[in-house]
Amino acid sequence: MNMLQDNNWLLSVGTFLPLVGVVVLLLMPKAQDSAIKNVALLTSIATLIVGVYTAFKFDYGQAEKLQFVADVNWISVIKSSYLIGLDGISLPLYLLSMIITLLVVIYSLDHVPSPGKPKSFFALLLVLQTGMAGTFIAQDLILFFVFFELVLLPMFFLIGVWGGEQRQYASIKFFLYTMFGSALMLVAFLALFFKTGAESFSIPFLIENGAGIAKTTQIWIFAGMFVGFAVKVPMFPFHTWLPDAHTQAPTQGSVILAAILLKLGTYGFVRIALPTLPDAAREWAPYIGGLAVIGIIYGALGCLAQSDMKRLIAFSSVAHMGFVMLGISTLTSFGVNAAMFGMVAHGLITGMLFFIAGSVKERYHTLEIAKLGGMLTAMPRLGWIFGFCAMASLGLPGLAGFWGEFPAILSAYNPAEGLNESTFRVFMVIAALGTVLAAAYLLWMFQRVAFGTAKTTSSHTGHDDLHDVTTHEWIAWTPLLIGILVLGVLPNLLFSVLEPAVQITLKAFGG
Amino acid sequence: MQHLQIIAAQWVAPKIDYFALAPEIVVVVGLCAVLLLDLFIDQRKQWLLTIVSSFTLLAAMLPVLMLGLSETSVRSMFDGRYVVDDFSLVIKGLFLLAGYVVVLLSSSHVEQGEYWRGEYWFLLLTSLLGMLMMASSRDLVSIFVALEFLSIPAYMLAAWRKRDAKSNEAGVKYFLLGVFASAVMLYGMSLMYGVANSTLLVDIAKTLTTTGDFAAVHALAVVFVIVGFAFKVSAVPFHTWAPDTYEGAPTPVTAFLSVASKAAGFVALVVLIYTAFPASQDVWQPFIWVLSALTMTVGNVLALKQHNIVRMIAYSSISQGGFVLMPLAVAGMAGSENSALRSVVLYMIVYAATNLGVFAVILAVSAKTRSGEISSFGGLFSYAPSLGVLMTLFLASLAGIPPLGGWIAKFVAFQSLLQSQSNWGYALAIIGAVNSVVAFGYYGNVMREIWMRPPPDGDVTPIVAPGSLRLALTLTSALTLVFGILPSVGLRFADLAEIAGAITR
Repeated sequence: MNMLQDNNWLLSVGTFLPLVGVVVLLLMPKAQDSAIKNVALLTSIATLIVGVYTAFKFDYGQAEKLQFVADVNWISVIKSSYLIGLDGISLPLYLLSMIITLLVVIYSLDHVPSPGKPKSFFALLLVLQTGMAGTFIAQDLILFFVFFELVLLPMFFLIGVWGGEQRQYASIKFFLYTMFGSALMLVAFLALFFKTGAESFSIPFLIENGAGIAKTTQIWIFAGMFVGFAVKVPMFPFHTWLPDAHTQAPTQGSVILAAILLKLGTYGFVRIALPTLPDAAREWAPYIGGLAVIGIIYGALGCLAQSDMKRLIAFSSVAHMGFVMLGISTLTSFGVNAAMFGMVAHGLITGMLFFIAGSVKERYHTLEIAKLGGMLTAMPRLGWIFGFCAMASLGLPGLAGFWGEFPAILSAYNPAEGLNESTFRVFMVIAALGTVLAAAYLLWMFQRVAFGTAKTTSSHTGHDDLHDVTTHEWIAWTPLLIGILVLGVLPNLLFSVLEPAVQITLKAFGG
Repeated sequence: MQHLQIIAAQWVAPKIDYFALAPEIVVVVGLCAVLLLDLFIDQRKQWLLTIVSSFTLLAAMLPVLMLGLSETSVRSMFDGRYVVDDFSLVIKGLFLLAGYVVVLLSSSHVEQGEYWRGEYWFLLLTSLLGMLMMASSRDLVSIFVALEFLSIPAYMLAAWRKRDAKSNEAGVKYFLLGVFASAVMLYGMSLMYGVANSTLLVDIAKTLTTTGDFAAVHALAVVFVIVGFAFKVSAVPFHTWAPDTYEGAPTPVTAFLSVASKAAGFVALVVLIYTAFPASQDVWQPFIWVLSALTMTVGNVLALKQHNIVRMIAYSSISQGGFVLMPLAVAGMAGSENSALRSVVLYMIVYAATNLGVFAVILAVSAKTRSGEISSFGGLFSYAPSLGVLMTLFLASLAGIPPLGGWIAKFVAFQSLLQSQSNWGYALAIIGAVNSVVAFGYYGNVMREIWMRPPPDGDVTPIVAPGSLRLALTLTSALTLVFGILPSVGLRFADLAEIAGAITR
């Protein structure tokens, strides 16, 4: 795989710029609230500008190649280097992480959750951003692992300090699950390293040489990676940390978790697990597909049983990530394209839904669906935005969610060579049923929350809190809403970037 | 009479390389100075002793550096019984630096309460001298002398709070089990001498095998010697003294025991394994495998239920010891010899920096809260944010979370295990991986107190740590971060290719 090395400083700057902001924040006295917010805002704007400039410089004609590649000596003794690069698969996610972080910072300007402490709050958000962006650009397994783990502690504290009542339990659970996965993943990475001749941890190198490993060994190594990534996605049955983490996390944490962190897992499958271990991937694909459709149905049924709005959205993530994993498990470029699209779409839509849930909580002081109602009359704009996102989430054609879900289902009709067609067609039917359930739980939630007469007695403070969308909310939300619409109408914007890179990645499976 | 004369005539004074011995000599001079000064100076000027001790350690580091930079890589004395090579220099540097940090930790602590400061510093320096000797010993006798040299002052230090029953218990327990361990080890050594007819490790290596008429005796000798050091490094099931001793001893002494004294045990084990036992790997490899798996698992499980912070750290350090042992379980297999040595050395270096940092925070916090409970860390972040953040960093490093030092140490250990490409190695790696997750259960618990709980008594007056503690915190946290972000720095000292060659195999 040849790489383009022009402008190779861009990615490092974009990734580590937030840390500069963190250092500045740490040096500031904690009383200066507004100055702290400004620093965080400026840092994330600057980061996004670097990101947009990167997207601008990106050579779309060669999206299948790694671009802006930098390769610097890092830990030579263990043959790991600071190798970073960006291709069509990572670019959308890299950019998405920067956009989401900026929007979250904007939203936080007047929504720092209790118990306050804006200095540490923003510092953690920015550290998180470095970890997320770094994961998407790392082209060395060890570097990938370091960034992958770097997001853990900030998220642990975001949930644990600024979260809801059960926050301590939720944060520890989140941490232990993910850490368990990544410990096994690390062992798998090492096994892969030694089985390919102990020469390099570079992902392009391992993709070239991984296929040579004996099949049974591949299957074991894949198992380790599978646990690591599946916990993060999360796939059924490793999903139980997710509803707790989402429900207890502050709005900002939920948004980042849904929009970016979950994608680290699916991205890991596409970037590392499939191309380095093609034989094992073929063996594992039916099981992954099976777990994916179980996740779809289980998530949907879970949604129907929820009485808490935020928990419902959390369970819907399990279902949506099921579609993504189904697409990946077909091992076809059609399916993986759909999965990649689904990741971005889910990031935008579910991120948005969590924003709305946060705002609902702030106004009604509860997320009990039974205590909500009549949002369309009390706050028409918020109600319509909510409706728009619910429609997008259930996969309405013309909005972004559709292009993640529908092609993923379709791809199961015709899985890659060597996979059992009838098994995948069964999966397809089950997944299709899942979309019906998705429509059911989302519409039902929307109906109960938005229709009917406005509830006023929901809190001790009464009606006064029920104000419509504020300026900061508009600023934070508009880009997401536009993104959902634009990607829905012009999916090719994204598909054309993804397609070449996905093709190359799936070379081993016959495209 | 005539006989003696002949012997005397044959006796040639051994050539002594004073340059190679310079670090030890500096420490000897320093500890004599402390002892004498203590006799003559006024009670109010006792702080001078602190200064002398810390400068002694810094001064001893100078010859270590010079030796490290000099052309001659191996300086061998007394027919190879006392060797100064790159390995021993790295270890000596580690001991001296750790000793310096312990002095920083102790200085404010010994000023309060009834401490006999002169004797305290004297014993600390003596114990360090024993450790320096341990790093160079390549002979059963010198290893044993070094071990006693470093242990006996440590027994006394553990019982230093004279009128405190817990401290007395700490000292007595440590002493009794320590002596017992020495006895077992001596028995093993005597068997070894009987078999090899020499106390020189290199000679032992030539005769000690697992075949032949005396195979059983050989195996017994190896096992007994390892058991002796297993006590020293508090490996399960020989760990029972550690929690009580750690809890009862004065906190800076605990820091010293859990870092330096433990490292000394590992150094001896490594030297023995690499120089004396290479041919009997069938005996020690499975034995260490079991010790390592037990140590990390049992240490972890017991740490989970502790309420006292020092006790929790005691169990955590037991469990960390299991991780140090981990690569030694495959150290005899082709491909893993070098990486196992590298891993042990790196782990000791990183662990020393991190664990000393933990103790520095504990000392700073307990000076205010006067409590050893984990719950006394509640709300630390709200009234002492920098201590809270530092403690979080240290604990995260112990848990092995990137990008802090601990992760690269664990990583290199896993790497060494997998490099052996043996099922034993894979199995231990999985056990280690699971354990490193379990460990977060108790490290995370402390983080939770620091960040998410309110202060237990509502007292939120800020903590002003004394300057010496702040210096210790700066040193340890800087090292913890640097090792994690630029692992090449730590690996450079641990890089085995050269060190492994230097230990005569």
